[in-house]
Amino acid sequence: MSTTATAVGVSSKRGIWGGGNEPLKASYGKLMMWFFLLSDIFTFAAFLTAYAAIRVSYPTYAGPEDVFVGSNEYWPVPELVFDALPFLHGFHIPLAFVGLMTFILIMSSVTMVLAVEAGHRNDRADVTKWLLWTLLGGITFLSCQAWEWSHFIHGTDSGSMITYVNNLGRVVSETIYGANLAVNEYGPAAFAQLFFFITGFHGFHVTIGVFLLFLAFYQSAVGVYERRGHYEMVEKIGLYWHFVDLVWVFVFTFFYLI
Amino acid sequence: MATASVASHSDAAHDHHDHEHHDNFITKYIFSTDHKMIGKQFLVTGIFWAIIGGLLSLIFRLQLGFPDMSLEWLRPILGGWITPDGALDPEFYLALVTMHGTIMVFFVLTAGLSGTFSNFLIPLQIGARDMASGFMNMLSYWFFFVSGVIMFISLFIETGPAGGGWVVYPPLSALEQAIPGSGLGMTLWLIAMTFFIASSLLGGINYITTVINLRTKGMSFSRLPLTIWAFFLTAVIGLLSFPVLFSAALLLVFDRSFGTSFYLSDIYIGGEALPNTGGSPVLYQHLFWFLGHPEVYIVLLPALGITSEVIATNARKPIFGYKAMIISMLGITILSFVVWAHHMFVSGMNPFLGSIFMFLTLIIAIPSAVKVFNYLTTLWRGNLIFTPGMLFSIGLVSFFISGGLTGIFLGNSAIDIQLHDTYFVVAHFHLVMGSASFFGLMAGVYHWFPKMFGRMMDARLGYIHFWATFIGVYLVFFPMHYIGIAGFPRRYYSWTGFEFTNMYTDLNLFVSVAAILTFAAQLIFLFNFFYSMYKGRVATLNPWRSNTLEWTTPLHPQHGNWPGEIPSVYRWPYDYSKPGAAEDYIPQTVPLSATPESNLPHEQELVKLEKEIIADEEAVLVANESTNS
Repeated sequence: MSTTATAVGVSSKRGIWGGGNEPLKASYGKLMMWFFLLSDIFTFAAFLTAYAAIRVSYPTYAGPEDVFVGSNEYWPVPELVFDALPFLHGFHIPLAFVGLMTFILIMSSVTMVLAVEAGHRNDRADVTKWLLWTLLGGITFLSCQAWEWSHFIHGTDSGSMITYVNNLGRVVSETIYGANLAVNEYGPAAFAQLFFFITGFHGFHVTIGVFLLFLAFYQSAVGVYERRGHYEMVEKIGLYWHFVDLVWVFVFTFFYLI
Repeated sequence: MATASVASHSDAAHDHHDHEHHDNFITKYIFSTDHKMIGKQFLVTGIFWAIIGGLLSLIFRLQLGFPDMSLEWLRPILGGWITPDGALDPEFYLALVTMHGTIMVFFVLTAGLSGTFSNFLIPLQIGARDMASGFMNMLSYWFFFVSGVIMFISLFIETGPAGGGWVVYPPLSALEQAIPGSGLGMTLWLIAMTFFIASSLLGGINYITTVINLRTKGMSFSRLPLTIWAFFLTAVIGLLSFPVLFSAALLLVFDRSFGTSFYLSDIYIGGEALPNTGGSPVLYQHLFWFLGHPEVYIVLLPALGITSEVIATNARKPIFGYKAMIISMLGITILSFVVWAHHMFVSGMNPFLGSIFMFLTLIIAIPSAVKVFNYLTTLWRGNLIFTPGMLFSIGLVSFFISGGLTGIFLGNSAIDIQLHDTYFVVAHFHLVMGSASFFGLMAGVYHWFPKMFGRMMDARLGYIHFWATFIGVYLVFFPMHYIGIAGFPRRYYSWTGFEFTNMYTDLNLFVSVAAILTFAAQLIFLFNFFYSMYKGRVATLNPWRSNTLEWTTPLHPQHGNWPGEIPSVYRWPYDYSKPGAAEDYIPQTVPLSATPESNLPHEQELVKLEKEIIADEEAVLVANESTNS
């Protein structure tokens, strides 16, 4: 059936927006992915706006870096909170781990590009190979995030003395280790709440992406796309994956650099 | 690329023909992927919700109009919500206004209006077999359905449905201990809205993609009927604003259920401090109204698009200012995103910021006025045919003017201090958004009923319905302006105890009686709608002698819409009463080369090009035929 009308194209005299063709040179599926991502931009924008609004309502820690202590009176300095690496307990290596995570995610975007490119060549082996690398990148990123969260939740050895209202309505002063949604040793409660919420929401997107990548990897490996004659599904998932990367760049900027 | 698209089109066509023969009841009426059936599903569900929403409003109008009346007779329905001494429970009153607002704004005027007509008309009017993705379209309806089921269940739970107003501002909505309506009812409200947002996203992505990719040959954007322009822009607005409501709702869910304090800070209940610090309820208001204001245009634009089409058809005149209409709709689309804070003038905003939002808000008066004048100039000296659809369209224009004028008052940040949250606001948005959009919906139903069901609605009942509703709406909402200017606040259960409001018993009584009568008039419509579906006069193929493509389909179009090739389009949709033409309408499918007697000079120049295009397309058809055989 698909061979129908391959010999003769439609008249171009109506112009590209004249109907009867795809003016943006994209199938409906790809357009839908673009529009979904456009709408998702607004979801994340709303969260980051909320972050910014709450962030600016607190003063920044202004004292010298070497005597920084966490307090819910001021916003903490990110380099001093996110300074741990696995197996290097007690060292102060600011932002190295999250930098690594970011690098892995961006590299997975590169392998995604290579998968899409291989799809254009209808090269099943290459598509499968690059999708596998992308999939591994995604899983590694999620694992790193799990470690990052775990470290954030368990906290440092010393903790911080925090005065806050506990869930019984009492004002208490105690040494807090790590973080939960009610109180944390690094800064105001909102700091950890926003961290969990926004990186969690992003991680949720990555998780969906990993599922999609696995699907594409599987279908590519068993030859579903080859039989279909095109690798458009890889392109659509690629769009989503790049978007998730791009959002991470913004999340990273908001949480770790500002 | 173009080649491939032709192939896929004919592919789809053949697939549809194969499917037609083995549709069973479930695939045809329930899990249908046919856009026409999905449109009808949205319509019927919308009507169901309109009845519920209307009845809820009648209950609180009883409380407002007859404060001393014993509502004991409602006990069989409302049970414990009637207090032992026969009055309405004040908590339930709050739930009633909340649910009335939510249901009417989202379920009736968003899903019932945009969902019905975008689905039904987009493929028919642009010349497509179906939506880009029929499956996603079906999901869109079923997400809406699930959302409705959850919202419906919330009406019956012990603590009652959500009671924080349709805007569900925290901290009231965030703290379960605040009012009963912030308990389980609020949770269900949030879940229902999440499904609703997913539904509207699935639908919107589909509408936009379909309009971009699936227009038939010759259907350029400058030949699209204004209905399609309106649905297209509505979908764009929804696509960009609903996700922000989703964000706002998700943050609220965390505040309610997981102990975060994004919207909460420094709250004491009964002298006890809550642990929440650092959040801001105003943040919620910003996020909410970033959806909330565009939502007004999501509700209104489809109605305006339908009106453009109905008025041009029944005035037998080209729509006045086709391009101006498009530009003003584009203007409204863009402006709708930068005016949200005019809902928050008294929320503690910097007065300078208030001035900016006031300025931007008042600019909306310009595209709105352009549209109004274009309607009036289209009507001016037309050969008016007063079909029920036409009357409802004219009614819309009337409400749009009278409700729009009060919008200019409310948009002023200074005057708004007096009028904010009074019945003046209630009167304003019920006229300009509620009633106008409702009339657009009605105009659409009367106008496209023949295409939906192959039968005509009874015109005489339609006239009665129109006049009763038109007069009724003014009787209900006009007096509210006076009550509002006097300072009467919205959402108050009881007002007889206040010196400055207890003199308005007569006006409130009047409004309540008018509301009951107006609601009763809708029963005429309901009868007409369902009776005509089965027993109405069988429609002709093009009963309104209209130009657009949907009237070139068979009386009962099957899945796939056109039995043969999809027709091509050669002209804009508003060639009514063209000088020189034999008839007073020329459908879009008639080539310019076939009407030399009525062509304008610049159209005559296009004839040569058009003949070449037709010849080319003939060649394509012949080539395809030979490849097939």
